Amino acid sequence: MADFVQQVVSGLATGAIFASLALALVLIYRATDVVNFSQGEMATFATYIAWSLMDRGLSYWPAFALTLVLAFIGGAAIERVVIRPVEHRPEIVIVIVTIGLLILLNGLTGWLWGAEVKAFDSPFPNETWDVGGVAVSVQDIGTLGVCLLTVLALWAFFRFTTLGLVMRAVANNPTASRLVGVRVGWMLALGWGLAAVLGAVAGMMAAPTLFLDPTMMLIVLIYAFAAAVLGGIDSPLGAVVGGLTLGVLLNLLGAYVDFVGSELRLPTALLVLLAVLLIRPQGLFGHAVVRRV
Amino acid sequence: MRAPAPSTILKFASFGAAVVVIALLPRFMGEFRLSQFTFLALYFIALLGLNILTGYNGQISLGHGAFMGIGAYVSALLILGRPGLALYQLDPPGWIPLGDGMTPVYTIPIAGMVTGIVGVLFGIPALRLAGVSLALATFAMAVALPTVAKRFDSVTGGGGGLSITLPETPFGWDISTRHWLYYEAWAIAGILFVAAWVMVRGRLGRAWRSIRDGEVAAVSSGVNPALYKTLAFGVSSFYAGVAGALLVIEVSFVNPDTFPVSLSILLLASAVIGGLGALSGVIFGALVLEFLPVYAQNPPLLPFDFSNQAPAVVFGAGLILIMILLPGGFAGLLRKLGGVFNGVLRRLTEGGRPMSVSSTRRNG
Amino acid sequence: MPLLELQDVLARYGPIRALHGVSLTVDEGEVVAILGANGAGKTTTLRAICGMVRTAGEITFAGRTIARRSPEGIARLGIAHVPEGRGLFTELSVWENLRMGAVVRGGQKALRQDAERVLGYFPWMEKRRDQQAGTLSGGEQQMLALVRGLVSRPRLLLLDEPSLGLAPTIVRELFAIVQRLNDEDGLTVLVVEQNATIALETASRAYVLEVGKVAVSGESAELQRHEGVRKSYLGY
Repeated sequence: MADFVQQVVSGLATGAIFASLALALVLIYRATDVVNFSQGEMATFATYIAWSLMDRGLSYWPAFALTLVLAFIGGAAIERVVIRPVEHRPEIVIVIVTIGLLILLNGLTGWLWGAEVKAFDSPFPNETWDVGGVAVSVQDIGTLGVCLLTVLALWAFFRFTTLGLVMRAVANNPTASRLVGVRVGWMLALGWGLAAVLGAVAGMMAAPTLFLDPTMMLIVLIYAFAAAVLGGIDSPLGAVVGGLTLGVLLNLLGAYVDFVGSELRLPTALLVLLAVLLIRPQGLFGHAVVRRV
Repeated sequence: MRAPAPSTILKFASFGAAVVVIALLPRFMGEFRLSQFTFLALYFIALLGLNILTGYNGQISLGHGAFMGIGAYVSALLILGRPGLALYQLDPPGWIPLGDGMTPVYTIPIAGMVTGIVGVLFGIPALRLAGVSLALATFAMAVALPTVAKRFDSVTGGGGGLSITLPETPFGWDISTRHWLYYEAWAIAGILFVAAWVMVRGRLGRAWRSIRDGEVAAVSSGVNPALYKTLAFGVSSFYAGVAGALLVIEVSFVNPDTFPVSLSILLLASAVIGGLGALSGVIFGALVLEFLPVYAQNPPLLPFDFSNQAPAVVFGAGLILIMILLPGGFAGLLRKLGGVFNGVLRRLTEGGRPMSVSSTRRNG
Repeated sequence: MPLLELQDVLARYGPIRALHGVSLTVDEGEVVAILGANGAGKTTTLRAICGMVRTAGEITFAGRTIARRSPEGIARLGIAHVPEGRGLFTELSVWENLRMGAVVRGGQKALRQDAERVLGYFPWMEKRRDQQAGTLSGGEQQMLALVRGLVSRPRLLLLDEPSLGLAPTIVRELFAIVQRLNDEDGLTVLVVEQNATIALETASRAYVLEVGKVAVSGESAELQRHEGVRKSYLGY
């Protein structure tokens, strides 16, 4: 039983990382109708920046905060410079642009920091706490906490601020937004900036366990895709629920089902992805897509 | 009969010239270069297939590398046969029709057909997906395949992979094996290019394009999307399978890491750079795929030696720039030049002979 | 000087020409109608004014050229467009839709100032302020769209086919409100309508578009007597 709880908590922690990145994907999808294949690489890049800051002597939380600011600026800049010129082009063009970004950022990361694996410290001590008789990892709780706090902060932003309202309006109906005077372009950049922040959080929480190298977030991106699709690609709640569910599910499957083991976790997640796409494309909480004639 | 437009003549002439150049090139190259050009041929074949699927039929595939992998493994297994596999202590299930070992060249069409069938089987559920969903699903497949290959190591040899011996030059020709493989690859490339050309110009191509441009409209003109979309998957996977088989024969080795997801990504990128929906640019895509990594790292004439990440940076930046500035890729560029060429020629000959119909129709 | 002036405006959707040279004026304090059959270019004219479609020709608003500005820039100059289909934020609540209308003027505080007056026209909106806009009835949505347009205190209100899909009683109510706004607040309105009867009763002047050009124009009373207009648009 204790083992089960540990697996669940650990699954929730991994799931929180998936959820953060999945939420970033959903954010961009709702704002700009784009599936950003480079979300993982943007997160990796941000994590490397955090690493550099700490390497130069900055302590963890200041580096964390500064990285979030830089990630925000970077994300917004990418939207303005790379995505804006192709905003109105057919879907395949935009998909390829984000793939180009993926390739570019992956190469840039390797170029600037080298491909050797680097260690990344966790801000949480490597201990366990006794929760009702079960030894729970502090790092897991910390990861879960940070991710959920970020998600909560974002939710509050959208729910209670005027800027958040405007962004929700833009996501719902960009044309009408223009007609009431909203500078839609800047709102889209804002969306990409916030998504980049979410990605940076996911990256920094993942790095201590996955170790920092240019391909660190590629696999996490796939889990995040699976989570986002499971939850519904246009549902923020779905991204969070999907991420947590996927994390726990994979952990339990990996621990208790021999056939899956630790090697087939990725294909299992992909099976989930494919199953959802084929059986219920709108996921758990998303809206059915109407085929435009 | 109306005389063909100047740009069409130019196209046929280029094809003829290319054939001559390819036939003569080996005289000027060492073994390593020959191998590079063999890779060029097989990438060309793979890209023809991908262009048919994504360019002509509009189905985005980020899994083409995985299909190449399937072709490679099929070929390797057939070449080794049960006796060869026994040396690896591998004993695949009895229902798989492996013989005693096959001459490599015969495994190529078989690898193609097996991969083609897998492609059709994949294409059937793929009918329910479109656009980004399909891209995600194929991406998932490309990522999953190496892991799956490692897991089912009783058939695939797991992480260690399978090694085969380099084939011998047939017919007693007095050329090196590399030389023979070069000709083999290019001959197949030529045949498959002509096949592709025939397909896209004819009813298949028209059906594929009409589905790409508007499925609902296509249905109302009597095209059955399910049939043609599945067929597109089948044909493109066939091409990928052939390319994969050629690769394993050339390299004499295959393991799960031979076809990572980055290959699928780069294949799509190269197809786009060459130009989707046109055959004239595919060779450029293949050139970029084969030689950009080499030259981005060590550019000739420049005294720099970039890190091995330079190709990725150039690829990525190039892809973005092309999508922004020249979405038609190299083929689009050629089309524009062709239009200019025709226009200039027409103006020059305007006085003398009747105006020829402008040849700015879409490339087929 | 007219508040809004179009001179020989051409507009196209890709290769298709929708307007072939439309000229019209709207003076401050007027209610002007644009009439015409489907496809005549009425909606396109409004979209041209708002910068939503490619145009050639002169469009001036309060003396400034707005012909090639962005839609958001034009909105910020004081033109409120209630588009065909209402253009509501269907996922947002009634109140949030209204807040969005006031966003160009600075948000919550500005909205509260107008809230009393504007909501007085539609008491139900105050009561159902948290209801999701997409769940309102057609008539209620049209009213909400209208009020959202008003909340930005525009100098010019553009109404695109407000009667579309609405029951006749609701249409009367709507136009009565437009009339009141014009009488009491001096609101300038340019309304596009297929329902020529009600449009001519509310507007003081009208333009009749056919195939992307102005075919007839004049005072409403004149047009109501005009034989061609009567036969084609008024049904008698």
